[in-house]
Amino acid sequence: MTKTVLKVDNLVKRFGGLVATDHVSLDVEQNEIHAIIGPNGAGKTTLIHQLSGMIEPDSGAILFNDVEITQLSAPSRCHAGLVRSFQITSILKNFTVLDNVALAVQARQGHSFRFWKAAQKDQTLRQPAQEILDEVGLGDRSHVLAGNLAHGEQRRLEIAVALATSPKLLLLDEPMAGMDSEASESMTAYLRSLKGKYTMLLIEHDMDAVFALADRITVLVYGQVIASGIPEEIRKNAEVRSAYLGDD
Amino acid sequence: MLMGSLWTPRGIYNAVIIILCIIMPWLAPAIGQEFFTDVFTRTMIFAIAAISLNLIMGYGGMISFGHAVYIGIGGYTVGILSYHGIDNGWIQWPMAIGLCGVFALIFGAISLRTKGVYFIMITLAFAQMMYFLSVSIEKYGSDDGLNIDSQSQFGVPFFDLSDPLTIYYTAFLCMMLCVYITYRFVNSRFGMVIRGSMSNDERMRSIGYPTYGYKLTAFVIAGMMAGLSGILSANFEAFMSPDNLFWIASGDLIFMVVLGGMGTIFGPIGGTVLFLVISEILSNFTESWHLIFGPLLILVVLYMRGGMEGFFASLGRSQND
Repeated sequence: MTKTVLKVDNLVKRFGGLVATDHVSLDVEQNEIHAIIGPNGAGKTTLIHQLSGMIEPDSGAILFNDVEITQLSAPSRCHAGLVRSFQITSILKNFTVLDNVALAVQARQGHSFRFWKAAQKDQTLRQPAQEILDEVGLGDRSHVLAGNLAHGEQRRLEIAVALATSPKLLLLDEPMAGMDSEASESMTAYLRSLKGKYTMLLIEHDMDAVFALADRITVLVYGQVIASGIPEEIRKNAEVRSAYLGDD
Repeated sequence: MLMGSLWTPRGIYNAVIIILCIIMPWLAPAIGQEFFTDVFTRTMIFAIAAISLNLIMGYGGMISFGHAVYIGIGGYTVGILSYHGIDNGWIQWPMAIGLCGVFALIFGAISLRTKGVYFIMITLAFAQMMYFLSVSIEKYGSDDGLNIDSQSQFGVPFFDLSDPLTIYYTAFLCMMLCVYITYRFVNSRFGMVIRGSMSNDERMRSIGYPTYGYKLTAFVIAGMMAGLSGILSANFEAFMSPDNLFWIASGDLIFMVVLGGMGTIFGPIGGTVLFLVISEILSNFTESWHLIFGPLLILVVLYMRGGMEGFFASLGRSQND
């Protein structure tokens, strides 16, 4: 029996008359990659905002490792192990690559009400950060300002920062956004290498990536789950094809 | 490094300003401009407030438009205690700084629930509230201001704050101490968090920082530091008036920080020196010196992003290219 890491139960979020999340239920099991796909405006990002604690749902529940976290703040969810990456790269652009990751390492080492010692000389922060950068292939870029990285590198840094918080579940909001096919393929390969080590909920537009990575896929249209299953079932599902995948 | 490398345009600029601060009590009489010692005492006292504002504005993105209120609270605490015959500095100073901390905690706890222009407006509103309070209490001088008969007494031999040289170097040491504290703070783990939150608050929260508490702490520290500026001001001028905490005073502080270079360790000192020295010189030429000073500031903001520090740093870079 595999363990359910995340359970979303009848989540509803309304913006005025628009139901952005319409009774969504899904679960993510340990070590799987669960992908959420859907056309623009399907409410994928709204869903991830609710899962990460940035907006509050109107009703429904979110359970993380069997504990209800629906009311928990974003920082507390992160400490619990539920960590997100951003669709629009939101690294600290005026910080170096290493500082970006070191800050995430620092976050998991308890409170930061430490006022005197220089953080940028602290090996207990620098070393783990450097190791993670080596892992994602940014090891030789550590002293570059994050804002000066190429787009693909910034997306990698985004993942590195999330990994540095020691997540139990990674919420990846379109990690391939804005990438050309080559960069997208190398990111796909990288995410595949993380498979088994991390549980991931992946929101992605790039269908090649989704079908290459996902163990299960949930399809969201107008805030509703219209289908959920293994990639083969989704590929064959007529409703999904007409709503989203096109007829080819 | 604390000052960057010394032999760069930026290092030399900062060194010149610090050396000027050290030698002014001798330099001023030597060039026949003795009042410059007073100008520099006042400058260094204001620089402490500017340094503290820079801590939250330049490193934490909190644009407080009411920062002079802590100069007022610090100064009035000294003045009012002295009015009631309590001139012991060991009581006055901790009490003034403590009160500033308490008020900053209350004001900050409320203002930091907002962002951007709302934060600016709320900090301004709190400061104006205290301004009108200071105007309304007749016992303590209302809008005529409060004369302070005696400086803080510490009972330490040769340490007499009514002596111009003593207050001068006390201000200098306090200013350097505040610079050093700021330097340590902004590079510490705590500092990295408030700097990160200035750059992208949402990101910081999503990697596990409850940023509100960190920002509030910085806000309180800055308030207490500005309180020290108020204490020194009360001792130096032997006078406190509601003008000290009027919104224009808060606006001047913002200009000092921007002129010197936001988010740089020494920037606020240079900014304050330039701000006060230029306004002193201009006001000797003409009554309507604001007409020249205003456009000058606009030019700096438009063409010298990063203020004086940024300007000299860019000189250094172009030399190396």
